[in-house]
Amino acid sequence: MTTEQMTGAQALVRALENVGVDTVFGIPGGAILPAYDPLYDSSKLRHILVRHEQGAGHAAQGYAMVTGKVGVCMATSGPGATNLVTAISDAYMDSVPIVAITGQVATPLIGTDGFQEADISGITMPITKHNFLVTKADDIARTIAEAFHIASTGRPGPVLVDIAKDALQATVEFSWPVTMHLPGYRPVTRPHSKQVREAARLIVQAKRPVLYVGGGVLKAKASAELKVLAELTGAPVVTTLMAKGALPDSHPLHMGMPGMHGSVGAVGALQRADLLVALGARFDDRVTGQLSSFAPDAKVVHADIDPAEISKNRHADVPIVGDAREVLADLIVAVQAEHDAGRRGDYEEWWRQLRAWRKTYPLGYDHPADGSLSPQYVIERIGQLAGPEAYYVAGVGQHQMWAAQFIKYERPGAFLNSGGAGTMGYAVPAAMGAKVAAPDAQVWAIDGDGCFQMTNQELATCAIEGIPIKVAVINNGNLGMVRQWQTLFYNERYSNTNLHSRRVPDFVKLAEAYGCVGLRCDRTEDVDATIAKAMEINDAPVVIDFVVHHDAMVWPMVAAGTSNDDIKIARDMAPDWENGD
Amino acid sequence: MSQHTLSVLVENTPGILARVASLFSRRGFNIESLAVGTTEHPEISRMTIVVNVEELPLEQVTKQLNKLINVLKIVELDPSSSVQRELVLVKVRADAETRSQVLETVQLFRAKVVDVAPDAVTIEATGNRDKLDAFIRVLEPFGIKELVQSGMVAIGRGARSITDRSLRALERSA
Repeated sequence: MTTEQMTGAQALVRALENVGVDTVFGIPGGAILPAYDPLYDSSKLRHILVRHEQGAGHAAQGYAMVTGKVGVCMATSGPGATNLVTAISDAYMDSVPIVAITGQVATPLIGTDGFQEADISGITMPITKHNFLVTKADDIARTIAEAFHIASTGRPGPVLVDIAKDALQATVEFSWPVTMHLPGYRPVTRPHSKQVREAARLIVQAKRPVLYVGGGVLKAKASAELKVLAELTGAPVVTTLMAKGALPDSHPLHMGMPGMHGSVGAVGALQRADLLVALGARFDDRVTGQLSSFAPDAKVVHADIDPAEISKNRHADVPIVGDAREVLADLIVAVQAEHDAGRRGDYEEWWRQLRAWRKTYPLGYDHPADGSLSPQYVIERIGQLAGPEAYYVAGVGQHQMWAAQFIKYERPGAFLNSGGAGTMGYAVPAAMGAKVAAPDAQVWAIDGDGCFQMTNQELATCAIEGIPIKVAVINNGNLGMVRQWQTLFYNERYSNTNLHSRRVPDFVKLAEAYGCVGLRCDRTEDVDATIAKAMEINDAPVVIDFVVHHDAMVWPMVAAGTSNDDIKIARDMAPDWENGD
Repeated sequence: MSQHTLSVLVENTPGILARVASLFSRRGFNIESLAVGTTEHPEISRMTIVVNVEELPLEQVTKQLNKLINVLKIVELDPSSSVQRELVLVKVRADAETRSQVLETVQLFRAKVVDVAPDAVTIEATGNRDKLDAFIRVLEPFGIKELVQSGMVAIGRGARSITDRSLRALERSA
């Protein structure tokens, strides 16, 4: 252990270096200024100056999703800190490990409505895994260590560290390593063996089991174990929006994505199952539809690292608290033991039904009759041309669902999106963070024209910092998903959904103004060439304005609040569940 | 709906009351009563929280509370195996004519008078909810001028302590 005298700000920077941070996304300002001075000298930390703090937050998320490490964003007090709130909330909903560091007004000013004062620890209390207000320089190093530990262990999540300006300026004896003091924090990662054995017993006894896989499996890096369990049992797998790529989409046991815009096969599998094995999933309302009619015949095995998720929405017959990877590893052993004892599940009849649904109701779309561009086609072609090694980062809305449906994910972590919070504007800054984390990979933001206009200022950051992302703006001129709901549920009364973004702004000119390459495509026959051109450009960000038809809708759809049994494959068209044998 | 008494041991850190209170409100749980104070160990505070919930949401309450980093331990105290007490201070109208009757009531309930004025007395009473409700009902006809109640505090019967183990965890991590 070494002890050295330095300022609180220097201690902050040194602590960040010591916990392994290499990239910080942020914007300086009054209260955080002391920290930016030693940051200037650090050879280990790259600070990326963003254009809006929300961009810093989403970039930290993108960075965290790609590296599996904790993403870091930094902002000043007051508005700097409150601008982080949306991204922090997003990270909370999707369990993304980030640490947000904010400057706070000096201790004597706290509580006096000082200039640029906001109670950011109070504001973020309900949307952080934990937060800290640090008023003593002595506490800075230990708090940083604790913040990173909390963010990255157990169920990951955002942690905010608010540091008073005078603490940053004070002198401190810095020593490292530090001793953490977290007596109330003991995440359970080892599953209970009795529960695991019970789960294995149910799996081999079931006639119609489904492995319902959520984002926790990706967070636990448990894709390999998932594949082994799936193949060992022969049970069908559904992967939620947050779990795309946990099992390759091309895998024969994969039934697709469940939920509001899931495939008929995946939704049907959940509804008719007699056993759900939920792994790192949380029975979100977008997956269950009307809860009371969700999977009515199913027993539930629910494995999650967060005990509060178990039986929160749906009663678990077999609760398992633990890290998804450890749970899966133990389940494999337990199921193998059942097999060795001559007990094995027979799902052949179940598969006949599942295959029939898959064959009869594949995901699909029509090209618009007027010859205009199909948004689904554009997204599908990007996926096919950029391939499985690329990263795809979606915003929120129709384009997000199409990106989930029509890009094939063959590896874990290739798809980033705002699932729980549904934050429009996520794509561009998150793609920026992803590209910083994986500079040699192709990173595509699949964005909508509405989303894009919320955070596209980060194109400037990308252009100047040398972060050549590609942005496909799926431009239907409207808030497409809202418009779809107006079409279906509000008598086609299109109240305030027309953005006129085919006229204003000119996305090509906007891209060029930001130092990016701007391309436009509005004809089916030009799609491939435009994507190819974008893929050739690696020294600047590229924005493609794909002008698409505005009436395209996302199907299938389970209307909000209705039962999954009432899924529609197109307007007024329900699947015939008994069909297909 | 049923009433449950939770003893929550927390680190004695700034903001912990806000964390617990805001958790209850944002998850839609109703706090019936809340009392906070330090324990025999100055680093540990103890909250006694009375909630009105179904059995299943109660499990959610405790799980969500457990997720708070500064929460050390949660124990549900069963009324039959714990001592539960509230304190009430009540200012009752009492002139020369009614004072003796008021004082008789005070004696009956083993309460005590803590302040006397020419036309009022202030009474301190402790007990469980039922006893205090009964006491207040009896005082009502005299005219209650002002009333203040504490939240409930509760402790398990017998020799076992719920703080022992939390204390050890606290010392280990210090």
